[in-house]
Amino acid sequence: MKGRVHGVQSLGAVDGPGLRYVVFMQGCPLRCAYCHNPDTWDFSGGYEVEPEALVEEILQYKPYFGQKGGVTLSGGEPLCQPAFAEGLFALLHEGGVHTALDTSGIGDLEAAARVLAHTDLVLADLKFPSPRAYRDLAGGPMDAVCRFLDLTEKLGVPLWARHVVAPGLNDSLEDMRSIRDWARRYQNLEKLEWLPFHNLCLEKYQGLGLCFPMAGTPPMDEGELRQLAAQLEA
Amino acid sequence: METKAWQTFADGSWKRGIDVRDFIQRNYAPYDGDGSFLQGPTARTAALRDQFQGLLRQEREKGGALKVDTETVITATSFGPGYLDKEKELIVGLQTDEPLKRACNPFGGMRMVESACQAYGARVSDTIRQQFALHKTHNDGVFSAYTPDIKAARHSGLITGLPDAYGRGRIIGDYRRVPLYGVDFLIEQKRKDKVALGDCVMSSPSVRAAEELHDQIRALEEMRHMAGQYGYDISRPAENAREAVQWLYFAYLAAIKEQNGAAMSLGRVSTFLDIYFQRDLKAGLLTESQAQELIDDFVLKLRMARHLRTPDYNELFGGDPMWITEAVGGVGRDGRHMVTRTCYRMLHTLYNLDPAPEPNLTILWSEKLPENWKRFLAQVTCDTNALQYENDDIMRPIYGDDYAIACCVSAMRIGKDMQFFGARANLAKLVLLAINGGRDEISGQQVGPAMPVWEEEYLEYDRLMERVDFYRPWLAKTYVNAMNIIHYMHDKYSYEKSQMALHDSTVRRLMAFGIAGMSCMADSLSAVKYAKVKCLRDPGSGLVTSYDTQGEYPAFGNNDDRVDSIACEQAEKFYHALCQYSLYRGAKHTLSILTITSNVMYGKKTGDTPDGRKRGEPLAAGANPMSGRDVKGALASLNSVAKLSYDYCRDGISNTFSITPQALGRAREDRAGNLLAVLSGYFAQGAHHLNVNVLNRETLQDAYEHPEKYPNLTIRVSGYAVNFYKLSREQQREVIARTFHGGL
Repeated sequence: MKGRVHGVQSLGAVDGPGLRYVVFMQGCPLRCAYCHNPDTWDFSGGYEVEPEALVEEILQYKPYFGQKGGVTLSGGEPLCQPAFAEGLFALLHEGGVHTALDTSGIGDLEAAARVLAHTDLVLADLKFPSPRAYRDLAGGPMDAVCRFLDLTEKLGVPLWARHVVAPGLNDSLEDMRSIRDWARRYQNLEKLEWLPFHNLCLEKYQGLGLCFPMAGTPPMDEGELRQLAAQLEA
Repeated sequence: METKAWQTFADGSWKRGIDVRDFIQRNYAPYDGDGSFLQGPTARTAALRDQFQGLLRQEREKGGALKVDTETVITATSFGPGYLDKEKELIVGLQTDEPLKRACNPFGGMRMVESACQAYGARVSDTIRQQFALHKTHNDGVFSAYTPDIKAARHSGLITGLPDAYGRGRIIGDYRRVPLYGVDFLIEQKRKDKVALGDCVMSSPSVRAAEELHDQIRALEEMRHMAGQYGYDISRPAENAREAVQWLYFAYLAAIKEQNGAAMSLGRVSTFLDIYFQRDLKAGLLTESQAQELIDDFVLKLRMARHLRTPDYNELFGGDPMWITEAVGGVGRDGRHMVTRTCYRMLHTLYNLDPAPEPNLTILWSEKLPENWKRFLAQVTCDTNALQYENDDIMRPIYGDDYAIACCVSAMRIGKDMQFFGARANLAKLVLLAINGGRDEISGQQVGPAMPVWEEEYLEYDRLMERVDFYRPWLAKTYVNAMNIIHYMHDKYSYEKSQMALHDSTVRRLMAFGIAGMSCMADSLSAVKYAKVKCLRDPGSGLVTSYDTQGEYPAFGNNDDRVDSIACEQAEKFYHALCQYSLYRGAKHTLSILTITSNVMYGKKTGDTPDGRKRGEPLAAGANPMSGRDVKGALASLNSVAKLSYDYCRDGISNTFSITPQALGRAREDRAGNLLAVLSGYFAQGAHHLNVNVLNRETLQDAYEHPEKYPNLTIRVSGYAVNFYKLSREQQREVIARTFHGGL
């Protein structure tokens, strides 16, 4: 079962615990306003690869994974290619490698369950806390996300919820509180990560001839975001 | 010998003959704790540091040299005592009579001294000229024996950076012998060795040995005299921590007064000194704050060491380095780690005195190092960019547990091995020479044996290999000849008597050859093999001077065996080619993949290459992939370099790695942990060396535009660290252009 891959990064340190080999899948059904990888949207882009070949490559980096690290499957949307994700993760588990799935949660639920059977950690980007905002700013159905998160809880897969905060878009305490409350509903939640919005992807959009909906938004100041997160906990 | 100085030390064979390793192993205390015991700078330390930084500012404003003494030839004793601040200093001793004043050392070569003085607007005095008018120097000697082949290879830049006009360096005296035994005991041992020579037939090697021993004894006497000028009697062993540091520093100081070798490394002193510190701390004679003060003061002295260099020299070895390399930590043969509190104190100087390139702090890495120490190291790297790491787990089986690093990556057993240093051969240029039938692609001159210039339109791998196989032995032979001549003459005209006095009388000699342009060569051959490379000829000379490379090829630095295996094969072949020729004084061949900053200068002397690199563009530093071509992320880049085998490159494989803080993780504590994972994974594969920089390219760009804002910005370049502002503009641009591994 071949997968369509956008690219790989041999050293990832911001998508899951420890050092991680990150595989970016090609193709995504969502169109999030702040997406920084528009080049992964097109389902016909990227290149095809067999899970076996990819695992052979990945195992060469096993010495770097240590106790915590491993592989993160990101995107694009990895759940759009569930058979490949399942095959890859199963092989990685055979090789003793920790697996993390970086997803929006959008996809076929039964297929997702088969992927989760070989998943050690889910990194779920929560995006927007109301069905309306989710549809308007991400272009997808929020109820599908909720069903996926319920499934991770049912299967007991550890969950890291993540959320991008952008100035003027969702940087109020109220916005953040509703995201936090949503995330905390899940028993399997281990961590909630606040990610600052940045606009380094502008050139990518220009290169693809696309319009970046948030081109005028300044990057989120990391210090400010830390303060907001602290206030939220106060 | 029994002495008050040794009371409370555990007994061992070290008491009956010189054996510093035995002393360390029987007396050191491994430390498993963290750095929370460390103390900040005292008011005294802070005041001295500020005085020193004031002098550094003046030095910078004066264009690199604060003062040059053109009247006095520097020897161990020719300058009277000098101080930064006599009242405040705990550890004393300067090369000249004033801080940062540089002196003339013409024993390596007079021309070098003249051009250095000229560069700083001074003129060598008539006195020195007269003194040396009848004195043959190392440089004179070498050029009286060089062959036409050597001169041609040297001129074209095929072999460059040879220590034929200045001190060769890379010799590490066992400076610890002076505090442990005192100079008188060392003299007595050398006398015995000399007497024993009388039983031999006086052949040329034994005559030379006798003369060298005589000179070593005189050097020890001079060292004693030099310490006397400062009011210290180092004829006896050191009796406390302060004396141990002072005695050791005097031994090192004598060496850097006598020699201006390219690299004048310190050795492995932290754990040795810790034994004295622990004894005094236990006896209540010293507080932790006082212990740190002694190390701070010692390091401040080391940072004040200077040699008089020429602009040509700085082009090769940028940033005014001394390579006062101190190897820290490691593991013993018995499995106990060798990390002590003084290892922590040594690194803590980077905080108490601000980050700086000297001493060149080199961490001997092992999986068996204690976790607390590893975390401390990673944090120090993230904070200062001043550390390099070398794999103790692959060096220890070869060099034991009392070796040190000379210069950047050259391991040798302290007091038992010495090295004949020998720069490097440019393998990227060797490929061009093979294509052009032995002619230099830039000058058109016949350098190597003649063969027709490549005739077909396109390069073809197997036939190009045959040509490279033909030219490689010629290059190896020319290189060996140059080295044999250089070291014969250096021994004859500029023998390192004070450093060799701190070696066993019978030593093993290593001759260190080097490779430059490794990744450019590998990529060029890969392009020929996997893409199509069309030759473009200069109509006048008929030489192939440029290439049209059509299609893609795998580049070194992406963990792709197709090209990585070419790199490994060529390194191994070059090593074996060198081994075909026997060496001066029975030395053993070693090879490094290390360029220092000379990759910029080598690039200038190398025409267009088949990988698409244009004439004059820099080669990559050391064993690094070509800048910007390692596109599969940091670990893929590291894995390619890790494949190069230390078996053929026993003089070291240098890799300089730059990563942005953001790519190592979001939070400060994550970054240190992830950096440790990078180091563990890299070294677990048998890799040899890693320079680590955690910084953003933007920082360097800003420092390039506004050097005055970054007087302390220290970065690791190739086996050593520099103050960024001290690099030439070209060297700075090359460093900025290097691959910075970032996030996506």
